[in-house]
Formats: sequence, structure tokens, C-alpha cells
Amino acid sequence: MIELKEVNKSFSDLKVLDDISIQFEAGKTNLIIGQSGSGKTVLLKSIIGLHEVDNGHVYYDDRDFTQMNFNERKLIRKEMGMVFQGGALFDSLSVEENVRFPLDMFSEMNEDEKIGRVKFCLDRVDIKKAHKLYPAEISGGMQKRVAIARAIALNPSYLFCDEPNSGLDPVTAILIDKLIQEITKEFNMTTIINTHDMNSVMEIGEKILFINKGVKAWEGSSEEIFDTENQSLNNFVFASNLFKKIKKEL
Amino acid sequence: MNIIENIGQYILFLNRVFSKPERGRVFFAQIIKEIYKLGVNSVGIVVIISVFMGAVISLQTAYNLVNPLLPDYLVGYTTRESMILEFSSTIVGLILAGKVGSNIASEIGSMRVTEQIDALEIMGVNSASYLIFPKIIAAVFINPFLYILSVFVGIGGGLLASSFANVVSVSDFLYGVQNDFIPYYITYSLIKTLVFAFIITSIPSYYGYFVSGGALEVGKASTKAVVNSSILILLANLILTQILLK
Repeated sequence: MIELKEVNKSFSDLKVLDDISIQFEAGKTNLIIGQSGSGKTVLLKSIIGLHEVDNGHVYYDDRDFTQMNFNERKLIRKEMGMVFQGGALFDSLSVEENVRFPLDMFSEMNEDEKIGRVKFCLDRVDIKKAHKLYPAEISGGMQKRVAIARAIALNPSYLFCDEPNSGLDPVTAILIDKLIQEITKEFNMTTIINTHDMNSVMEIGEKILFINKGVKAWEGSSEEIFDTENQSLNNFVFASNLFKKIKKEL
Repeated sequence: MNIIENIGQYILFLNRVFSKPERGRVFFAQIIKEIYKLGVNSVGIVVIISVFMGAVISLQTAYNLVNPLLPDYLVGYTTRESMILEFSSTIVGLILAGKVGSNIASEIGSMRVTEQIDALEIMGVNSASYLIFPKIIAAVFINPFLYILSVFVGIGGGLLASSFANVVSVSDFLYGVQNDFIPYYITYSLIKTLVFAFIITSIPSYYGYFVSGGALEVGKASTKAVVNSSILILLANLILTQILLK
């Protein structure tokens, strides 16, 4: 479980996050949604420590991440996996080497165990014949799959995904969403996904945090989203004609 | 960011770079890779530049030795001294600042803007140390070999040019090359080469590491890296020469 307590973050005079408090549960796909510029990427980066929060606390299973020093954070980071928006695969390494990288850096596995683990992770994300290819030689969807395989290589307790299906076609986007949800349940991870894709919200949104102008505006599940009275959330969720029509029919 | 802030950030950056590597075996493998990338891949350009530099030095010397009292072997002597003292260390250093420096700045800058450095940090890897420490070690290790290669190839180029142009005999040239040799000059130039190797790798790494934005900023960082490392090489050359040859 990851818990945020009154997290605040500003850049110079601009307040980007204002008193955000929430609990993200293990074994569930937790979504942070909001318009572009609403502060969701800053929130995700603050949770993982790429941005320092001005005040407030981020707890990883009751361990206060904001109070940890560099070495303590290094230890907890070994329990994290992250899927970046563009995949962030290492260009100079092959698919196989990308997934193997965290194992080489941090695991005590022998060679056979590492090969087995890499195979397991790549099989799990359904990458069959691209082991020796480089990131530039595979499609965007495959890059995302490899990024997920790399993120789960060390069997993390916490998985973070920054817009994992951006730039993908709707079919591949749903496959990636489903894959993340399956993995979350299979390994009982605390997964936080940053997205503004409404398909993702409807498909895998078990717990949703809606941020508007840096403020927590709503919290609930994908079922509850249709009944909300929150105007800013309604404007965001039902912005497209398709979703307006769906709401009308419901 | 002003120059004082830049220097401060550079020092803090070096402090992160020179921290204990996560895994010795991975670190060693990285060094070998970097030696190949930064050193072996630069052999071609070093050879070409050195041959032509040596050739031009010997011809210019020969055509300017109009006084009949000056012996012919001075052509070989001058070529050797020029190559050892200045050309093989400073000029090759400047050329490598362009080739290797822009390569490093754009490689690390691209990694920054495509979030690969963030990915390393999230994994708990000290990205500065993992990416840059092996580059510095590799350059400091391999550049003295490039320097020695440059000296030999440059003298060889001088010998070929002067004998083809028939301005001095091979025996006179070789006598000049061996005449009045001061071994300390090699030490002096090797020290310069080590300092330049550090500048060539650390300055572009710094500019690449702190890039923010997109491809345009990576290009700008690459240019800044080459310009500033070249200026620092010239400054270090002046200071080291004053200190070591006084």
C-alpha cells in the first residue's frame, strides 16, 4: 500500500500539488487522472522521488519515503518498477539485455536463473521472437511490453506506469491495460497508473484519483464515475461525444 | 544559470560520478565497452590527423630552413619536438573534444530526454556513476595510447613527406628525430593528455546529463560541450605548460 498525506509541491511561485492525501491499495490498479497540466505527472514523480515534495508524506507500507536519506531510498527503489510514457528502454541494449539489466545490477541470481527469469518475464508479456532485437527495431506496443517485463524483473512490490498506452492504437492500448491489471493481481503489487485515457479508466480503474488544478477533486471507482456530481470530473470524463452518448443511454 | 552556479553544479555532479559502482563486474564491462567506443573508434581520425600534421610540420620546417648554416636534420628534430610537445597532445585533444565530446553529450542528453536516466534512478542505480565514471576511466586509460600512436604516426608522416618531396634525406631526418631527446617532454605531454581526457569526458557528460527539453536542447548541449571543453583544454594547456616546463 502507498499512502499520501497532505502532499504539496510548488515550482517557484506556482503551486502544482495542493494537500493531496489518498491511499493506493495493493492488488488493485490505482489510476491518477486529470487534464494535461493538472499535476498528475508531478504527483507521480513526487511519489517515486524524482521530485522532492515541499511538505507532506509518502508512505510505502508505513515507511516514510520523504524522510529517507539517499541510501534508504535506494533500497526501497529496488522494490519499485516503472513503465515510462515512451518506454524508456535503453537504446544500446537488446530487448533481452533490457530485461536482464535490473537482475545484473541487483539480484544475486546465477546465470541460469537470470536467463530463466528473463524468459519468464518476456513470456509473461507475450514477447516471443524479439529477444535479440533492439528497441528501435520493435513497435511502440512491443516497447511498452518490454518496459513492463523490465519493470517486473525484480518482482517489485510497487509498479508505476506513466501513460502506458499513449501513442498506441485502441486494441493494443487495451491489451497493455489488461496486462498491467493481470500482473498487478498476479503479483499483488500496488500499481499506480497515470493516464488521461478514458478507455483505461473504464476498463481497469479500480481506484481513481481525479486531480484538477493540483487539487484532489474526486476519488472513487470506475463504476462510481457515472454517478458523480463533480462538475469538473464530469467535464473531463464526458468530454467526448461517445462518452456523452454512453452516459445518456445509461 | 551563471558561471558560478555551473561550476558548483559540476562539482556536485562529479561527487555523484565518483561514487562506488553498484556492481564491479558490470562496471568493468562498461569500461571495456567505453574503451572501444571512445578509444578504438578514434584511432582512424587520430592516425589521419597525425600523418598530415607531421607531414606539414616537416615540409614547413624544410622550406623555412634557408640558412645554409642550419643542418638538414633539424627537420626531423622539429617534427619530433612539435609532435611530442604540442600536436599529439593538444591538437589531438581538441579534435577528440569535437568527436568524442559531441558523441558523449548527445548520447547522455538523448538518454535524459527519453527518460532513460530517470529509469536508472527509479531502479536505484546511481545514473551519473553508472553512465559517466566508466567513460572517464576509459578515456584516461586509452588516451595516452592514442597520444603515443599519434607521435609515432606524425613522425612517420613527416619522414614520408620530406623524403617524397626530396627536402631532406631519410638518414638526416632520422638523425634529427633521435638527436637531443629529452624524455621529460613525454612525461609532460602524457600528464597533459590525462588532464585533457578528463576534460573531454566530464564536461560533455555534464552538459548532456543536465539537458532538459527535446532534440533541439540536446543539439545545443552538444555544441556547448564541445566549445567549453575546447576552451578548457586550451586553458589547461597554458597552466600545465607554465607549471611543468618552468
